[in-house]
Amino acid sequence: MADIAATNHVAESARIARRAMLAEFWHYFSENRGALIGLIFFVLLVLTAIFAPLVAPHSPTATYTNAKLVPPSWAAGGRSEFLLGTDAIGRDILSRLIFGSRLSLFVGIVVVAVALSSGIIIGLIAGYFRGWVDIAIMRLMDIILAFPSLLLALVLVAVLGPGLTNAMIAIALVYQPHFVRLTRASVLSEKTKDYVVLARVAGAGPGRLMVKTILPNCLAPLIVQATLSFSTAILDASALGFLGMGAQPPTPEWGTMLAEAREFILRAWWVVTFPGLAILVTVLAINLVGDGLRDALDPKLKRS
Amino acid sequence: MLRFLLGRVAVLIPTFLGVSLIAFSFIRLLPGDPVMLMTGQHEMSPERHAQVMHDLGYDRPFVVQYVDYLGHILTGDFGNSIVTKRPVLQEFLTLFPATLELSLCAIVFAVVLGVPAGVVAGVKRGSIVDQTAMGVALIGYSMPIFWWGLLLIILFSGMLAWTPVSGRISLLYFFPTVTGFMLIDSLLSGEPGAFQSAVSHLILPTIVLGTIPLAVIARQTRSAMLEVLSEDYVRTARAKGLSPFRVVGLHALRNALIPVVTTIGLQVGVLMAGAILTETIFSWPGVGKWMVDSVFRRDYPVIQSGLLIIAAIIMFVNLGVDLLYGLINPRIRHH
Repeated sequence: MADIAATNHVAESARIARRAMLAEFWHYFSENRGALIGLIFFVLLVLTAIFAPLVAPHSPTATYTNAKLVPPSWAAGGRSEFLLGTDAIGRDILSRLIFGSRLSLFVGIVVVAVALSSGIIIGLIAGYFRGWVDIAIMRLMDIILAFPSLLLALVLVAVLGPGLTNAMIAIALVYQPHFVRLTRASVLSEKTKDYVVLARVAGAGPGRLMVKTILPNCLAPLIVQATLSFSTAILDASALGFLGMGAQPPTPEWGTMLAEAREFILRAWWVVTFPGLAILVTVLAINLVGDGLRDALDPKLKRS
Repeated sequence: MLRFLLGRVAVLIPTFLGVSLIAFSFIRLLPGDPVMLMTGQHEMSPERHAQVMHDLGYDRPFVVQYVDYLGHILTGDFGNSIVTKRPVLQEFLTLFPATLELSLCAIVFAVVLGVPAGVVAGVKRGSIVDQTAMGVALIGYSMPIFWWGLLLIILFSGMLAWTPVSGRISLLYFFPTVTGFMLIDSLLSGEPGAFQSAVSHLILPTIVLGTIPLAVIARQTRSAMLEVLSEDYVRTARAKGLSPFRVVGLHALRNALIPVVTTIGLQVGVLMAGAILTETIFSWPGVGKWMVDSVFRRDYPVIQSGLLIIAAIIMFVNLGVDLLYGLINPRIRHH
């Protein structure tokens, strides 16, 4: 009985401590006005993406042959049913942007999930075991980092074949060394601390030490890097789409939309302006959140 | 210092070998038939296929092919383009000055605007100037530069008709290439108006390529400045009664610039990635556009060796930055 009570007590105090940490984190994060605005926009974007079929006024692929290159509704010649105008074959730009948000968020999530999880595993192994495993892994990461990321991704996609899936694979592969390096560096600095030594003395095996003891204390820099990678992944995927190597037409991916709009830039400003604006605002919002996270999680910068 | 240098070079050699191995492996190890990739033909008799395989040397073991490739590289032979039949290295050398000229202009643009903006933002922390500068920097940092380029074309080339849309110089001018830098060559040619034409072609690409480095440098300068301004020696200098201008200019800035120099050096990779997009938008005849075109033409010898040469350049510049860092910050050398 006493044992159970003691366990309950430990669990209870751990929960309270975790809640206090979260509260402290939120206190610092919410002080940052930019980060809050970014977060609000991001939540709205996620909702738009989830409910895209309900929000979008038209189908993203429906073509209205009697409404080609219609300007935005407030401009001269605009029509109220096409709020942001139509493209060269008469598709509603707003609807395509709304459906495009799904792709951009999807790219960000997949790239970060793949790069983060593989990066953590490889980084933990390198930092924990050291020796030749570490040297081999870190040399390989240096090699990948020697290439300009977009160029490497471009060539990878060219060989694998153009398309959104291959673009995501290529981008994840190119980003993963950053996570390996961060994880390894934090593992190295945490490994010699007392709590890890204590856990080892208490009989914890390598697996438990790596994942349950060390990893939770390395998370702060990884979270910040994940946020920044989320936004750069969206940028790079749309850049590949713009170059014709990412999502293929008629997919309403923002970068692909820009590539299709290029020849009309001097005739129809709206087909170029809105997809790029969507990319910029999305990336900006995520970067604002990332800056806020960094300030809230980094004790060095905290104003005490 | 010599040990420091040797240590860095010793790391560089295996990395270079690894880079060459990766660049070399792409078409041979990834899915897809190299002959079909190389020739672009999908219908081919087995005999012809074997013949091409043999001609290209692909019927030999992978290791033999790789060692052969490395041997050729050491003699300066990077293979020939399938499309133009010209040596890859020769093509690279004719196009590289265009990229170098654009990149240098972009980095000068970024430093000239970014460092003062970062210094002012750091000194006037929390002020409206700081908030505006950092807001603009964050927008620049989040910018899809291919879209930024299109917007500038719409505004300056389309609506205002101030700048040309593409290329390095107006087709009206023709003069021999001396340095490969259009700004210098146009001056040397002595043709009236040539220099102005070259400058007007360079403005928009410079802004587009320089935007992200500008944002990064401004942010980095600001945070380096903040760090330095809280140091004891700055407080001492202030206490001595030095003017704020001398405190910032003489004591703080000098030390704050150490990490900034590294940041500037690290922009080489960013510039190369940016050059791919910038050169594509402005039809700038440099190595970035060359790589994109080669990807579309499936010109694999160019992709393979171009990738290797570009990565090697970035590695050497980073080595140079490391050495420079060791020179200006002696603490690093002795680690």
